[in-house]
Amino acid sequence: MPYAIECKKITKIFGNTVIANDEIELNLAYGEILALLGENGSGKTTLMNMLSGIYHPDKGEIFVDGKQVSINSPADAKALGIGMIHQHFKLVESFTAGDNILLGQDKKVKKSVFEAEIKKMCDEIGLSIDPNKRVSDMSVSEKQTTEILKVLYSGAKILILDEPTAVLTPQEIEKLFDILRKMKEQGCAIIIITHKLQEVLSISDRVTLLRKGKSVGTVITKETTPQQLTELIVGHAVELKIERPEVEHSETMLKIVDLTVKKSDGGLAINDISFELNRGEILGVAGIAGSGQKELCECIAGLLPASHGAILYKKENILGKEPLEITQRGISMSFVPEDRLGMGLVPSMDLVDNVMLKSYRNSDGIFVDKKPSTELAEKMVEELSIVTPNISTPVRRLSGGNVQKVLLGREIASEPNVLITAYPVRGLDINSSYMIYSLLNEQKKKGVAVMFIGEDLDVLCALCDRVMVLCHGEITGIVDPRQVKKEQIGLMMTGMKYEEAVK
Amino acid sequence: MDMIIKFLCAAISSGTPLLFGTVGEILNEKVGHLNLGVEGMMSVGACAGFMAGYYTDNFLIAILAAAVGGMLTAFIYALLTVTFMTNQNVTGLTLTIFGVGLANLIGVFALAQSPNGTLKLPETITATIANLNIPGLSDIPVIGTLLFSYNPFVYIGIAIAILLQFYLYKTKKGLAVRSIGENPATADAVGINVNLQKYLNIMLGGAVCGIGGAYCSMIINGGVWINDNVGGLGWIAAALVIFANWKPGMAIFGSFVFGALRVLKFYIPKSVIEIPNAFFDMLPFLMTALVLVVSSARKSSQRKSQMPSYLGVNYFREDR
Repeated sequence: MPYAIECKKITKIFGNTVIANDEIELNLAYGEILALLGENGSGKTTLMNMLSGIYHPDKGEIFVDGKQVSINSPADAKALGIGMIHQHFKLVESFTAGDNILLGQDKKVKKSVFEAEIKKMCDEIGLSIDPNKRVSDMSVSEKQTTEILKVLYSGAKILILDEPTAVLTPQEIEKLFDILRKMKEQGCAIIIITHKLQEVLSISDRVTLLRKGKSVGTVITKETTPQQLTELIVGHAVELKIERPEVEHSETMLKIVDLTVKKSDGGLAINDISFELNRGEILGVAGIAGSGQKELCECIAGLLPASHGAILYKKENILGKEPLEITQRGISMSFVPEDRLGMGLVPSMDLVDNVMLKSYRNSDGIFVDKKPSTELAEKMVEELSIVTPNISTPVRRLSGGNVQKVLLGREIASEPNVLITAYPVRGLDINSSYMIYSLLNEQKKKGVAVMFIGEDLDVLCALCDRVMVLCHGEITGIVDPRQVKKEQIGLMMTGMKYEEAVK
Repeated sequence: MDMIIKFLCAAISSGTPLLFGTVGEILNEKVGHLNLGVEGMMSVGACAGFMAGYYTDNFLIAILAAAVGGMLTAFIYALLTVTFMTNQNVTGLTLTIFGVGLANLIGVFALAQSPNGTLKLPETITATIANLNIPGLSDIPVIGTLLFSYNPFVYIGIAIAILLQFYLYKTKKGLAVRSIGENPATADAVGINVNLQKYLNIMLGGAVCGIGGAYCSMIINGGVWINDNVGGLGWIAAALVIFANWKPGMAIFGSFVFGALRVLKFYIPKSVIEIPNAFFDMLPFLMTALVLVVSSARKSSQRKSQMPSYLGVNYFREDR
């Protein structure tokens, strides 16, 4: 039986100079789940975009079902039975699930027949969905379900999932994996991209590894170890342990008292929460996306008014103060939103200018002094090994991981007393992630109070001194990660109180 | 009572060119293109329609010419913004300047050719575009006047608006079209030919605007050509899209409200209250400003805005 997909010497060059894919070899059989691993910028997404018709390879051959094909558009990919589930869902927010699934389908179906078809598909692989629900009213997991159904309904037998687990809770990930396994049993061919090694080991049959645009090999999952995979990804041995240095932390830096924040539509984003953030600790914040993390950050930074409560910084209430005043007290924020560039950096400005945004007030006179910022930018590039042509490249052109390093590096350079960082490793590869963990640990050792809003529970549990769990804007518990299980935190993320979750 | 009926009739007539412009612009915006060239497309349509009517004395040919004129103008816009990905706002504004200028240029040229220095539509066509008079039906009191006493453009406009409402919201093609304005990458990923659909709908929208232009040149001035005959109606139409919440059906209501504002000054007896005409001339624009303010405020409320999410954003597949 021929391979579902076979790539031979696929090469893609952007703008004559950047070789995103260099003679990549990849094959995928039906009834198999293949994991694609590699650092940021190693060319995974580029390769998948060529299979789904977004890009066209400059060189190389693609075979589908043993026949050589040329995929010139997403429509071609669809005709070949290839369906891609993108990292950022390609759904029309204002349409219902049913409309999204029907979109682009030529065949005529009656509404009742269509709903029966969807029901049948759902039953087969253990999904559930309401076809009349608007996408904008859905949770992330529901959106993903819709996306999967859309691809399956269009008759795809080859599925590509680009980082599908990045925004899901542990329970939801397990559910997704069950679905993928069922689809595999039914003969689908599946490629999954993820950075989390545990997931690779639990779901895949084989792993293909990319490094700097080249394929460095394919291993059979059963015969490999996390250590071997990491070495193949990075190219050299890496210590895979997140450290948690013990630091004396006595003084309370930030004290949040009965804080309530309203959303723009009148609902409660944060409902009466109180906690303390101490010097020399990393406080983890766990929670499903949209549980109030963003509002909490914005409120502390002075960007969002609170309807009730107080934020005490060294016993002084900073609630209601201007963002500039708050920053000057040494409270620093690095928030990585889903689109990475949404907050904190100006995409079209270069590294130097972005660094300067934070410090330009410090120099005298009306003219800007570029020298200190240039030096700092150069230092950041070197110390954080930021991959960029030079420091006058617009940050928009950098890959996601490097953008995050710039963002965090700039905040750390301002020597804060309180560092609030949200999703700093979102979408980052292993190497960059570990660099960011050690950066945070260094800050902690210096006596900075660090708040780390994260999504990967394994990391939160390994790195943080305490983990606070948010659900619908309320704290369901603040736990010591050394004493509770990841699954229990997962349950708390869905609203269960600490006492029940630990039972 | 008689006065009110007359007022309503006048409102509907004077709202009709707005209806065409609004519905045409809705088609543009539904595929994500904010086309500020409505005035230009209407002007070219006005010129093409009038000239075709003047030289052939055939209403059908005139309307067809107006549609083609609007369509070709829209084609320029589509070529620039869809294929060459120019800035939509600037392109639209330029299209207006171009369209109005071209129409006036041709108008001046035709006037110079004419023996008596004026251009007036011939008899047959003026008879065709005169207000309907169906014996029996049009004579029914109130209803007859309200329903069966307009020029053909009014009926064509309402029919087009209803058809397009059905097209956009009830057909699969319409679902595909709306998805392009909401998220072109999504539409592309499910195999919809995004650029082709953009071209088709922008040009169809241009054609509808063009017919609206023909109303301005052929009806408003009693069949006599004057320059600048669209006179800013295209701009009001562009704003009316927001009032209509991007729905062709709602555009019918919206354009008649604005039509009423435009003719209000003739129906307020001087004996009751003395208001300067300048105030009435200002009303449509004041209303436009109000509509913009109110609709911006509406965003946060529960009422679902139909504004396409990717309005004004050009789509390039390999962009990231």
